[in-house]
Amino acid sequence: MANSATAAPKVRSFPKVEFTDSEAGALEFPSSKSRTYNYFTPAKLRATVYEDVTVDVQPDPERHLSQGWIYGFGDGPGGYPQEWTAAKSSNWHAFLDPNEEWEQTIYRNNSAVVRQVALCLENAKRAGAYGNWNTAWQKFIASNLGAWMHAENGMALHVFTSIQRSGPTNMINTAVAVNAAHKMRFAQDLALFNLDLSESLDTFDGSVHKQVWASAEEWQPTRKVVEELTAVGDWAELLFGTNVVFEQLVGQLFRSELVMQIAAKNGDYITPTIVGTGEHDYSRDLGYTRALFRLLTRDEKFGESNRELFGRWLAKWVPPCLDAAHALQPIWSQPAEKTLTFADSLGATKEKFTQLLEEIGLDVPKELEK
Amino acid sequence: MSRQSLTKAHNKITELSWEPTFATPATRFGTDYTFEKAPKKDPLKQIMRSYFPMEEEKDNRVFGAMDGAIRGNMFRQVQQRWLEWQKLFLSIIPFPEISAARAMPMAIDAVPNPEIHNGLAVQMIDEVRHSTIQMNLKKLYMNNYIDPAGFDITEKAFANNYAGTIGRQFGEGFITGDAITAANIYLTVVAETAFTNTLFVAMPDEAAANGDYLLPTVFHSVQSDESRHISNGYSILLMALADERNRPLLERDLRYAWWNNHCVVDAAIGTFIEYGTKDRRKDRESYAEMWRRWIYDDYYRSYLLPLEKYGLVIPHDLVEEAWNRITNKFYVHRVAQFFATGWPVNYWRIDGMTDADFEWFEDKYPGWYNQFGKWWEAYNRLRYPGRNKPIAFEEVGYEYPHRCWTCMVPCLVREDLVVDKVDDQWRTYCSETCAWTDKVAFRPEYEGRETPNMGRLTGQREWETLHHDRDLADIVKDLGYVRDDGKTLIPQPHLDLDDPKKLWTLDDLRGIRFASPNVTLNEMTDSEREEWAAAYRANPNVTAA
Repeated sequence: MANSATAAPKVRSFPKVEFTDSEAGALEFPSSKSRTYNYFTPAKLRATVYEDVTVDVQPDPERHLSQGWIYGFGDGPGGYPQEWTAAKSSNWHAFLDPNEEWEQTIYRNNSAVVRQVALCLENAKRAGAYGNWNTAWQKFIASNLGAWMHAENGMALHVFTSIQRSGPTNMINTAVAVNAAHKMRFAQDLALFNLDLSESLDTFDGSVHKQVWASAEEWQPTRKVVEELTAVGDWAELLFGTNVVFEQLVGQLFRSELVMQIAAKNGDYITPTIVGTGEHDYSRDLGYTRALFRLLTRDEKFGESNRELFGRWLAKWVPPCLDAAHALQPIWSQPAEKTLTFADSLGATKEKFTQLLEEIGLDVPKELEK
Repeated sequence: MSRQSLTKAHNKITELSWEPTFATPATRFGTDYTFEKAPKKDPLKQIMRSYFPMEEEKDNRVFGAMDGAIRGNMFRQVQQRWLEWQKLFLSIIPFPEISAARAMPMAIDAVPNPEIHNGLAVQMIDEVRHSTIQMNLKKLYMNNYIDPAGFDITEKAFANNYAGTIGRQFGEGFITGDAITAANIYLTVVAETAFTNTLFVAMPDEAAANGDYLLPTVFHSVQSDESRHISNGYSILLMALADERNRPLLERDLRYAWWNNHCVVDAAIGTFIEYGTKDRRKDRESYAEMWRRWIYDDYYRSYLLPLEKYGLVIPHDLVEEAWNRITNKFYVHRVAQFFATGWPVNYWRIDGMTDADFEWFEDKYPGWYNQFGKWWEAYNRLRYPGRNKPIAFEEVGYEYPHRCWTCMVPCLVREDLVVDKVDDQWRTYCSETCAWTDKVAFRPEYEGRETPNMGRLTGQREWETLHHDRDLADIVKDLGYVRDDGKTLIPQPHLDLDDPKKLWTLDDLRGIRFASPNVTLNEMTDSEREEWAAAYRANPNVTAA
C-alpha cells in the first residue's frame, strides 16, 4: 500500500487575480478618450470595421513608412511597387471595397453558401431529383459544367490568388483574395456536384470533363483565353481582362445566360441553385472591380491615360473572349429542351457588358461588334 | 464528412487542375531552387465546403468571448504592464499575417504541384482572417482599456518606429526575394513551424495570467490554423530535398531564417513575456524554459533533427548559440533594457521593475541583478519629469548600442559585435551570422553559383540615421507620439496616469540632441574605429552601484 498518509498534498499553482481598475473611463488624462484609429481619414464620418481592420495594415512609403521597404528583390525594389501595373492613380488608397470584406464577412457569407448548397444537394438526393434528367441533359452537365469548373479553378489559383500579392494597397489585395476564395469554393462545389451525380446516376460520366476541357473543340478557345490571362504579369490588366472582359463575355454568358436559363426546362432545379451561388459571387466581385476601375478612369491626373490604357486592354481581350463565346455556340443545341438561342444569350451578354463599360467610363470597343 | 468521403472529395478536387498548352502562368516571383525531379507531396487535405463552416464556428467562439469579456468587465483585472506591450505587439503582427497571405502565390508560382496549390490558397484566406481578427482585437482594447493612446496610432506608429521596423522583417521576409527562401523556408518551415509556438501559445498563456483572456482566445484560434500551414511547408521542403542542387540553398536559408527569427522573435516575445507580466510565481515558466520546451524540444529535436536522415545539414551550432544567447548572454533582458532606454520614442508605456521582479529574475536567470538591477533602480528613480532627462540622456553607465545592419535589433551582446565595411559603408552587426547574412547570403552569387533571385537588404536600415542631430522633441512630435492635448507624450516610463505632473511632455524633451551611432561610426578614422570597437566589446554596460 502506498504511503499516502505521509505524502505532502500537491499544491496547485495559479496566478492571482488582481483588480486593477484598468477600464476605459477609470481616469481622465490626455488621450483618455482617443478611441478611434486616427492615422487615416474614413470615407464617412465614422470608420467602418472594414476600414479599421484593413487600412494601412500594408504600409506604404508614400504614407507612414519612414524607413522604406527593408528587403528588395534581386532585380528591383521590394514591397508593393506601383510600377507593377501600367495603370496609374493619384491615390491608390482611395479604393475601398464596397463589399467591405474582412474576416467575419468572408466566413459568414461563404458558410451561408455552403449551407445552401449542402441543403440543396441533400434534398435532391432525398427527392430523387436526378432521376428526371434525360440523357442529353446529363451529358450537357457532365461535359459543359464539367469543363467550366476548370476555368473557375484556374482563375482562383492563377488569377486572383496571384494578383493579391501585387496590388499597391491592402484594400485592393484583400478584395482580390476574397475573390479567389469565392472562385475556389465555387470550382470545388461544381466538382463535388459532379461527384454526387456520378454516385447517383449510373449513366452520368463523371470523368468526361477532363477530356472536354482539354480537347473538345467548343471549349478550346475558352481554355486558351484562361491560360493566356494567367500569363499576364500586369496585375491590373489581369484583373481587368478577367473580371471586366472574360467573366462578362464568357463566364456570365455560360453561367447566367445559358445554364441558369435552361436548366429548369430540362427538369433540373438543382444546378441553378449551385451555379447561382457563382453568379452571386461574381456580382459581389464585380462590385469591387467596377469601383476600382471607375476610380482609375475618373482620376483627375491619370484618368485620361488610364482610359486609353483600358481601351488597349479591351482591344486585346475582347476578341479572344468573343472567339471563346462564339466557339461555345454548339452547346446551345445540346440539351433536349432548347429554350433560347445563342444569339439571344450573346445579345443579353453584350448588353450587360456595354452597361458595365459605361459605368466604368469606357467606350464600347469596336471589336464587340465584329 | 467521413474520412473516406473526404479522400474521395479531395481526389475529385485535384481533377480541377490541368497542364496548360496555350500559355503558362506568369512567373512574377522567381526562385533559384529547382523542382524538376521533385516527387509530388500531398499536404493536409482541406476542402472549402468544410473549411468555411469550421472557421465560422471558430469565429463565433472568438466573438462570443469578446462580448463576454466586455460584459464581464475584463479590464477591471487586466494588468496595465501587460496591455501596454500589446500596443507594440498588436501593431506589428497583423502585417506579418497579411504578408503570409501575399506570400502564397510566390510559393504557388515556384512549386509545380497542384495539390499543394490548393492548400496554399486556403492558407491565403486563413492569413486574411488572422490579420483582420487581430486588428479587431486591438480595436476592442482601444475601446475598453484605460489608456487608448498608442492603440489609436497603431499602424502609423508601426510604420515609423524602430521597433516596428524590426518586427517588419517578420513579414517582409515572407514576401520578398527568392520565392522559396521567403514563402517556404523563412515563413513556413521556420517562422510558422517554430516561432508561432512562442508567439501564439506561450505568450497568450502569459496574457491570461495577467487578466487578459481575449489574447488567448484570438491567438489560439489563429494557432489552430497553423498545423495546415506547417503541412504545406513540410511538403514543399521534402520536394526541394529531392534535388541535390537545392541543398546548398536549403542550408543557406535555414541558417538565415533560423537566426533572423531568433533575433527578432525572441527579442520581442521574450520581452513581452518576461517584462510584461506581473505573475512572479517561481514555478511559472520563464521565457527560456518555454523556449526550451516549444522550440528546442518540439521544433529542433522533433522536426529539424529528423531532416538529417534526408542528408540535410541542420544549423545545430545556431540553435545552440540561440539557446546560449537566451540563457547565458541575457539576450532578452538586454533587449528589454534597450526598449526601456528608448522609451521617449516608443508608443507604449513601460512599467519599472520592482523588488518582486528582481527576485524572480535572479531566481530564473542567476546573475541578473548584477547586470541589470542597478539600471532598473535608476529607471525607477528617473521615471518622472522635472528634475532629470529621460534615462537614455542621463549618466547611468549605459552606452547606447549600435544597431545590427541585418536584424536591426541593436548589438546588445557587446562582445559579439562585428564591424565591417560593406557596400562602401561601415556597418555593425550583432553577430557573425547576421554579418554573413548581409555579406554572403543576400547576394546574387552564393558559393560560386549565381543566385539572381535572392533578395537584397534595402531601405533606411538604421532608424537613428533618419533623425540624426535633431531635437528629440521635434522627432517625437513628427512621429506623432503625442497625446490629444498636443504636448503630453504617449510613451511614459511608468504607469501612473493619476497625476498630470508625472506625465512627460514635449517640453521635457526640448533641447536634447539625438544622434545616429552609424553616422558617427562612418565619420571615424580607421584607428578611432578600431579603438572604439574594442572598447564597445569590452564594456559590460553595467550601472554602477
